[in-house]
Amino acid sequence: MVNKVYPDATAALDGLLKDGMTLMSGGFGLCGIPEALIDAVATSGVKDLTVISNNAGVDGIGLGVMLETRQIKKMVSSYVGENQLFAQQFLDGLLTVEFTPQGTLAERIRAGGAGIPAFFTKTGVGTTVAEGKELREFDGAEYVMERGLFADVAIVHAWKGDTEGNLIYRKTARNFNPMMATAAEVTVAEVEHLVEPGELDPDQIMTPGIFVDRIIHFPTASKHIEQRTTRPRQ
Amino acid sequence: MAWTRDQMAERAARELRDGFYVNLGIGIPTLVSNYIPKGMNVQLQSENGMLGMGPFPYEGEEDADLINAGKQTVTELPTTSFFSSADSFAMIRGGHINLSILGAMQVAENGDLANWMIPGKMVKGMGGAMDLVAGVKRVVVVMEHTAKGKPKLLKKCTLPLTGTKVVDLVITDLGVFEIDKAGSGGMTLVELADGATLEEIAENTEAAYSVASGL
Repeated sequence: MVNKVYPDATAALDGLLKDGMTLMSGGFGLCGIPEALIDAVATSGVKDLTVISNNAGVDGIGLGVMLETRQIKKMVSSYVGENQLFAQQFLDGLLTVEFTPQGTLAERIRAGGAGIPAFFTKTGVGTTVAEGKELREFDGAEYVMERGLFADVAIVHAWKGDTEGNLIYRKTARNFNPMMATAAEVTVAEVEHLVEPGELDPDQIMTPGIFVDRIIHFPTASKHIEQRTTRPRQ
Repeated sequence: MAWTRDQMAERAARELRDGFYVNLGIGIPTLVSNYIPKGMNVQLQSENGMLGMGPFPYEGEEDADLINAGKQTVTELPTTSFFSSADSFAMIRGGHINLSILGAMQVAENGDLANWMIPGKMVKGMGGAMDLVAGVKRVVVVMEHTAKGKPKLLKKCTLPLTGTKVVDLVITDLGVFEIDKAGSGGMTLVELADGATLEEIAENTEAAYSVASGL
């Protein structure tokens, strides 16, 4: 019987990591990032990675760790403004970046996971994003063709999962995780709560287990907050 | 004399209508949420995957899984829903959001907008800005009239564009301009900020604009 459950992040990534590979990593900012799996990729020493992720972590946390160790060759991202090291490596020519509008990025991943090789969107028409890409007119408006994205490995973070790989995300930690889970040869999930089949309400499952190949229980996520904003009590 | 950041936000809030779904950008646009008129139902969308955004949490109640697009901790409302980034941008790109209020580095007289990149200097990325200006029905820019004394309302943007012919209204510390982005009406100064003069605006604006009657 197939067992999707692995004892830890290093074991779950065993045999999957190769130099030059493409990796998708879920999360928005530091919210909903697969912390344990990112750290295990960093520790493995794999290099020349193309990483598809909305952001690049912050200095010393999340994907920021892999920038320090120069394991990333290229990023496909929409916003990397929280990371000083990224800006420095980019301006120094050590790192390339394919800036992709956030909605286009989400849709490219969704399309890749759904077997859709390309689609047309208005986003980016008339900007550098559309340079070199096919343009087409539909119903009197101009659209640019964007390609679907598919990775060698996707790493995602969920709140709850069962041993079949069914996943439930929590609040805004969902973000890019559900699309990325569908858009890779192998998807590895870390979950804060791992339960037996039958313990999740099937109506509440957001990522069906068919999309998840390997899963680890990671109850100790540190969940950093980038901008801690509060209001005074009345 | 000119409008403060809060007065600019207060003016931008007058663009809100009952029942609107609205996306607010980072900076002055975020302040607009402080000026939603009482009794008006406006749902704020945050492009990281939340509709119905509440205020900042009380100290000690911050939740790392509950943030807005500026990565700030926020709270839920009874109307809140959460969703994926793909669903979030289906709302934005599919034309379901009524109003987008965002900041800018430059706006051109034809409605072109630049707000995401300074080549060789600022490496941040466009985030959701290109999707918002391409997909949202009405786009309002709130920005300082000048940057280091130089006009930001230009004949043509010199920075890389976020979108072409996308801006409907510009609110600066000196006044309010309408832009006929779909037609050939160009830019029109429609309001003066408290204490601002036509001469002051003329001196600090490169773009061509007409002045609405009565000003």
